[in-house]
Amino acid sequence: MSRPLGVIGVPRRRVDGRAMTTGQTKYADDLMLPRMVFAKLLRSHLPHARIVSIDASRATAHPGVLLVLTGRDLPIPYGILPVTQDEHALAIDKVRFVGDPVALVVARDEATAADAVDLIDVGYEPLATIADHDEALSVAEPRIHDYGVEGNIHKKVSLQFGDVDEALAGADHVFEDVFFYEGNTHLPLEQHATVAHLDGGGKLVVYSSTQTPHYLHRALAKALEVPAAHIRVIATPNGGGFGGKSDPFNHEVAVAKAALMLDRPVKITLTREEVFYCHRGRHPVLMKFRTGVKNDGTLTAVHLRTILDGGAYGSYGVASTFYTGALQTVTYHVPRYKFQGCRVFTNKAPCGPKRGHGTPQSRFGQEVQIDKISERLGIDPADFRLRIVEQPNTLTANFLRVSTIGLAECIRRVVKSSDWSHRYRKMGRGRGLGLACSSYLSGAGLPIYWNDLPHSAVQLKLDRSGGVTAFCGSAEIGQGSDDVLVACVAEVLGIEPVDIRAVTGDTDLTPVDLGSYSSRVTLMMGNAAVQAATRARDILAEAVEKKLGVPRSRLVFAERRVFDAEDPDRGVSFQEAIYAAESMFGAIGTVGSYTPPKSAAAFKGGGVGPSPTYSYTAAIVEVDVDESTGWVVVPRVWIAHDIGRALNPTLVRGQVEGSVYMGLGEALMEEQAYRRLPPRLSSALVHKFPSILEYKSLTSLDMPEVFTELVENPDPNGPFGAKEAGQGPLLPIMPAVANAVYDAIGVRIDEVPVTPEKIVKALADQAAGKPARYGPTSFPDVSWPEALQVPPPWEGGDGHAKTSGVVLRDAPKRPPRSSGAEP
Amino acid sequence: MSPDTTTYERVLIRLRVNGEETEVAFDPYKTLLEVLREDLNLTGTKHGCELGECGACAVLMDGEPVLSCLAIALGCEGRSIQTVEGMATGARLHPLQAAFADCGASQCGYCTPGMLLTASALLQHNPEPTRDQIREALSGNICRCTGYQQIFDAVEAAAAILRDEDSRRVTADGAAPPGAQRSEHQVGLSAGRTRRRSMLKPAEGGGE
Amino acid sequence: MIRLPRFDYRAPRTVSEAAQLLADANGEAMLLAGGTDLVPNMKRRQQTPRMLIALQNIAELKQHTNGSGHTIGAGLTLSGIVRDEPLRRDCTSLWQAAAQVATPHLRAMGTLGGNLCLDTRCNYYDQSYEWRKAISFCMKKDGDRCWVATSSPTCLAVSSTDTAPALIALGASVSLVSSGGTRQIPVTDLYRNDGMYYLTRQPDEILTAVHLPDLTGWRSTYWKLRRRGSFDFPVLGVAAAARFDRDGAVLEARIVLGAVSSRPLLAEKAAAALIGQPLTDEVIAEAADLAFTLSKPMDNTDFALVWRKRVTRDFVTYALRELRGDDMRATRTKIARHALQGLWR
Repeated sequence: MSRPLGVIGVPRRRVDGRAMTTGQTKYADDLMLPRMVFAKLLRSHLPHARIVSIDASRATAHPGVLLVLTGRDLPIPYGILPVTQDEHALAIDKVRFVGDPVALVVARDEATAADAVDLIDVGYEPLATIADHDEALSVAEPRIHDYGVEGNIHKKVSLQFGDVDEALAGADHVFEDVFFYEGNTHLPLEQHATVAHLDGGGKLVVYSSTQTPHYLHRALAKALEVPAAHIRVIATPNGGGFGGKSDPFNHEVAVAKAALMLDRPVKITLTREEVFYCHRGRHPVLMKFRTGVKNDGTLTAVHLRTILDGGAYGSYGVASTFYTGALQTVTYHVPRYKFQGCRVFTNKAPCGPKRGHGTPQSRFGQEVQIDKISERLGIDPADFRLRIVEQPNTLTANFLRVSTIGLAECIRRVVKSSDWSHRYRKMGRGRGLGLACSSYLSGAGLPIYWNDLPHSAVQLKLDRSGGVTAFCGSAEIGQGSDDVLVACVAEVLGIEPVDIRAVTGDTDLTPVDLGSYSSRVTLMMGNAAVQAATRARDILAEAVEKKLGVPRSRLVFAERRVFDAEDPDRGVSFQEAIYAAESMFGAIGTVGSYTPPKSAAAFKGGGVGPSPTYSYTAAIVEVDVDESTGWVVVPRVWIAHDIGRALNPTLVRGQVEGSVYMGLGEALMEEQAYRRLPPRLSSALVHKFPSILEYKSLTSLDMPEVFTELVENPDPNGPFGAKEAGQGPLLPIMPAVANAVYDAIGVRIDEVPVTPEKIVKALADQAAGKPARYGPTSFPDVSWPEALQVPPPWEGGDGHAKTSGVVLRDAPKRPPRSSGAEP
Repeated sequence: MSPDTTTYERVLIRLRVNGEETEVAFDPYKTLLEVLREDLNLTGTKHGCELGECGACAVLMDGEPVLSCLAIALGCEGRSIQTVEGMATGARLHPLQAAFADCGASQCGYCTPGMLLTASALLQHNPEPTRDQIREALSGNICRCTGYQQIFDAVEAAAAILRDEDSRRVTADGAAPPGAQRSEHQVGLSAGRTRRRSMLKPAEGGGE
Repeated sequence: MIRLPRFDYRAPRTVSEAAQLLADANGEAMLLAGGTDLVPNMKRRQQTPRMLIALQNIAELKQHTNGSGHTIGAGLTLSGIVRDEPLRRDCTSLWQAAAQVATPHLRAMGTLGGNLCLDTRCNYYDQSYEWRKAISFCMKKDGDRCWVATSSPTCLAVSSTDTAPALIALGASVSLVSSGGTRQIPVTDLYRNDGMYYLTRQPDEILTAVHLPDLTGWRSTYWKLRRRGSFDFPVLGVAAAARFDRDGAVLEARIVLGAVSSRPLLAEKAAAALIGQPLTDEVIAEAADLAFTLSKPMDNTDFALVWRKRVTRDFVTYALRELRGDDMRATRTKIARHALQGLWR
C-alpha cells in the first residue's frame, strides 16, 4: 500500500551526527588497543633509483625496536586494477618517487620508530628522472616500469564513434583549443591510519581509513598470501576521502604483515607529508578539443585528445585515462565523437581518482570551449547550452545509456537565481559571471575486477526486541552513507531512522559493497537496502495479515505501526509485527542486492563510463577581478543540481556546497606542484610543498556565498529516484570561474588553476595586441594506435567495434595472477 | 608552576580537563595534543598536520581557543583545558553540538571538535555574532567537506538557542528584560533552515 | 604524528632568571614564547635546542603601559594587541598587522616578541628533515648551498614577520635584556639582510619590550598580501606611516616593505618622495615606483616572484591612498578577504 514518504526527502540529523559532534566517532588513529606498538615507514628521498643494499642492523638493534620489514618480506605485487599490479608494500629493487616506501620499523612508541627509521642504511644507485609528460613522451630510457605501451608511456586508447573528420568538414565552424589542467590532491583532513592485529582465533583484523574495504581485503589476501576468509577488514569512519583512500596502500599491507609476525596490535598513522606522497589525486592533463559547430549552434562532432601525467604507479590510471574521454557526450548531443587518450609514467607521487575521477579536466576544456563558441556565434551561453542539451532516455554516440536529464532545468534555475540575463556581459569591466554545466555517474557500471556478482548487498536482522539492524559493506567517509542506508530501510518499514542500527564496512559482518567511489553508494546500496527492506516488509505483512485478518494489500507501514489503510486504528505496533512474524516463521532476516543494468557499450574500453544514471549540474560563478594585480575574488556562486530525489536534503546540500568548495580550490589555488632542482647540481625532484600551509585550501574567509538549488525529478534507476550528489557538482566550478574571468576582463585563462599571475600575463598580452589568453598553445605529436571504430547508434551501430566484432573489455578483466582468494 | 625537567623520565603535571582536576604522567617531549589523546585517552581532539596549519586540534585553554599540537604539555601545568568531550552537560548536547548535527555542519566530522570549541569561545564573547564575525572566528579551522555554509548556519542556530536559554535563566531569576520570554529556540533553528530550504524546491512540473 | 625531539624544559618566573639560564646554556637553549614558530620548526628538525626556556610565566613580559607613547611587553599575545583599544587607536599599522597574523588560534598563542623574532622562511627550508634530505639540505640548516639562488653566498630566506614592518613604520624600538644588562635599539636595527643571521639580537639576549614613541599626528597602515584570508604568512607586506601638516602636506613619512627580502626593508627614497607634498595620485605613483624598484622577492614563497614584485606598486598605492584618507574598505575587503574590523579578537 503506497503512502506519502515519511523519512525520505525530509531534512534530518544524520544518524552519526551525535557521535561526530561529541568526539565519539572512532577514526582509525583513535583506536588504542592493549599491547599496541607503532610503525613508521622509511620512504625514499630519491626520485628514481635502484636499491643496491639495505642494512637495517642498526635499526633492529635500537632499543625499543621490535621489527624491521623490507621489500623482501613482502614480495607479491598488488594494485587496485587487475591490469596494473605494479606496487609493492616496500620497494624491492627500485624506488620511483620521493616518498616511495622502502622499509617499515615497528617499535614500542612512535618516537622510537621514527628514530630507528633514520638508522636504516640504504644504498641507492640514482637513475635519471622523468618530470612531466613531455619528457615521458620523448625519453624512453630509463623506464620507470617495465610494462606499458613502450618507454614511459603507460597506456594509449583511441576510440572513434562515426567519421569525425567528415563531420568536422561539414561544420560551419571548427574550433580548436588546447587546455591544461594542473594536478591537485584530496587533502582529507584525517591523515591515513591503520591498526592491524590478530584476533583471539589468530585471524588478521585490519582497521583502516579506507574508502574501499572490499578491495583492500582482496589486496591483503593477495600480498600477504593469507586466505581472504582469514582476514577481517574494518573501514573506520574516514575523516574525508574524496578518492584519496580508495587504493590499497603500502602502509596497510606493511602493518598487516607486521601484526602477523608480532601477534601484537600495530598502528601506523601517516604524517601530512606522507599523505601528499600517497596522493592518487587529480592527474595533470593536457588536452585538445576540435569541435565542429553549425551556425545554429548544433554540434556536428567532437575530437578530444588527452595526455595524463600519471606519476609513478598505475593506480586507477587506466580507468582515469578512459574517464578523460567518457562523459563528453552525456551533457550535450554529440553526433560523432573521437577520443584519444595517453597516460605516461613520471617520477612523482602516483595520480589516481579524485572527486570527479578523470572527468573534471576535460569538462573544463569542453565548457570553456563552449563559452568561446557561443560568443563567436553570438548566442547567449545559457541559450546555447539549452539548445544542445542531450535528450532523456537516449543512447549517446559512445553507447552510454542516459535516463533522466535535469540539466535544462538546472540551467534555467541558475540563470534565474543569478539574474543572469540582466547581469551577464553587463556588469562592467572587472566584474563578471560565468556559466558551466556537467554530469557525472551515479556509480560505475562495472566493478574494478571482472565479475557478475552484485555491486552492493544489504542484510537486515529484525528480532522480537523491535530492533532492526542493517548490515552493508559500504564505507562511511563523511558523505552520509550510513544515513542513506538507514533512511531507505526506515522508509520502507515505516519506522524512524533512530530505530535502526547500521553496521557497515566490516568484511566479517557485512555483505560486500564495492566501496565509496564513483558516486555509487546511494544508488547501489540504496537499491539493495530497499530490496532487503521490502522483503522484510513482505514477511511482516504476511504475519500481520494472519494475525489481524486484514489483506496485506491494505496494510500500511508507517509511524512505527502496521495498520489497515481503511481502518487505521486496526493495527499492531512494529514490534508486535516482528513478534508475530518471528513466532510464525522463525528468525527474521532478509537480504537485498544490486547489480547495475548491462551496458550497451560492448567494445573494448566501453567498460568505463556506463552508469545506471547520470546526475547533472549547472553553476554560475561571479568574479571580481582587479586589472592591475589580477587579484580574483569570488563573491557568489549559484548552483543547481539534478539529484533525482534528495533522500536527506541537508546532506545533499552539504555535498553540493562541499563540491563548490573543492572546485573553487582547484579553480583558484590548489596545485600538486613539483620542484626539480638544477640538474647540473642535483637530481632532486620533489613535491614543492607537502603541507597544509602551502597547499592552499580555502578558509572560511575565502568561501563565497553559495545559493544551492536541488532539481528533483525522480529517476527510475535510483532508490526513491535518487542520483548522486558527491562529485558532479564539483565539475562545473572550474570552467565557470574561467568563463567568469573572461566576462569580467576579456581574457581567456585556458588553464587550471586560474591565478593572478596568469591573469596579469594575459592582460599584458591583451594590451600588446596579442591573443588575450594564457594557456598551452600546442599538443604534442603522439603516435596514436589505430582507432577502434564503433558506429554510433544512429548510424546503425550496436555497441560493438566494427573491425573486430569481438566483445572485449579493457580495464576490468580477470587478473593475470589471480590469488588464492579468487572465487 | 611548570615543572622543570632535566631528564627524559616521564613527568607528572596537574591540570584541569573538562572541569576535573587531573594528574597525568607523560613523556616530556609531548604536546598537549599527544597527552590528551594518548595519556588521557581523550581522542575526540583530532590532528591534521601537527604543525598549526589546519585547526583540527583546537581546544580551549583557560577559555581561549588554542592549537593543542603547538602547546608544550609541560607548559600546561595548572591550566584549564576544555575538549569536545567536555561540551555536553550529562547526556544533553551543547546547543552547538546539536546544531552541528542538525544542520549538516559535520560531514566527515574530523574538523568538528576544533570547530565546536572555537565556535563556543566565539559565542561566549559574542552571543549574537554576524555571519562575518563567524567567518572570521572560524578562519583558523579548515573544513575540507562542507564549504562552511552549513557550519555558519549551525553557529547562528546555536547562538539563537543560547540567547534563548540565557533569557530564560534571567526569567527564572525574576528579572526578565522586556520580550525575553519569547521563545527563540525554534525560531533560531528554523530561520536558518527556512531560508535555505526555500532554495530546495522540487522541480515544478516534474522537470524535463 | 610528527613528534618533537627531546629537550630540557625551564620555565623561569622573571626576566633576570631567564637571562641567567640563557647565559648558562652557552647557545644551546632557545626561548619559547607562544611556540607557534619554534614548535613546528622543532618538529621538522629545523631547530633542535637542548633546552627550552619558556617565557610564559614571566608576568613582566605581558604588560602594556602608556604615557607618552606605549611600552608593550614582548610576551603580550597578538590577540592581546588586537583587543587593545588604545593600540588600535594610536598604532593602526601594528594593530592591522597583528590582526592579520595567521589565524585566531595562532594569535591567541603567538606573542609580539615571537613575531618580531620569527625565523626567516623559505620553501626549501620550512620542510621536514626527510624532504630537506631529498634536496641535499640547504645552507640554513644541514647543507651548504642556497637553492633559491645557487650562486648566492648568503641565505635568501624571507623575513615573514607582519609586525616588524608595522613597528618600523611607527619608529618603534625594542629592549634587549641579557644577564649583562639592557640595551634599546630601533626595531629596524634588530634585523640583518641575511636569512640565517637575520637578527642582531645576541644569543644571550631576550627581547622584552617594544617601545612606541608619541604618535600624535601620525597616521599608519599595513597591507598584507597572501593567498588566503588566514593562515598564510605574508608574501608582501607594506607598512606606511606619515605625519601631515594642516594643508595635508607630508611632514614625515616611513614606508616599509616586508617579505621581499631577508629583513624588513625601509623604503627611504619612496618615503622621501612624499615629503613636503600632499599625497596626490602623482606623488603616490612616484613613491610606488621607487618602492617597486627596491622590492626584490625571490622564488621561495607562494606566488611567482615577478608578480610579487609587480604588485608592490599596487600595495604601496593602497597604503598611501589610505593614509591620504581615501575610503579603501572595498579594496581591503578584497585583499584581506574580510573587512579587518577586528570582529574577532
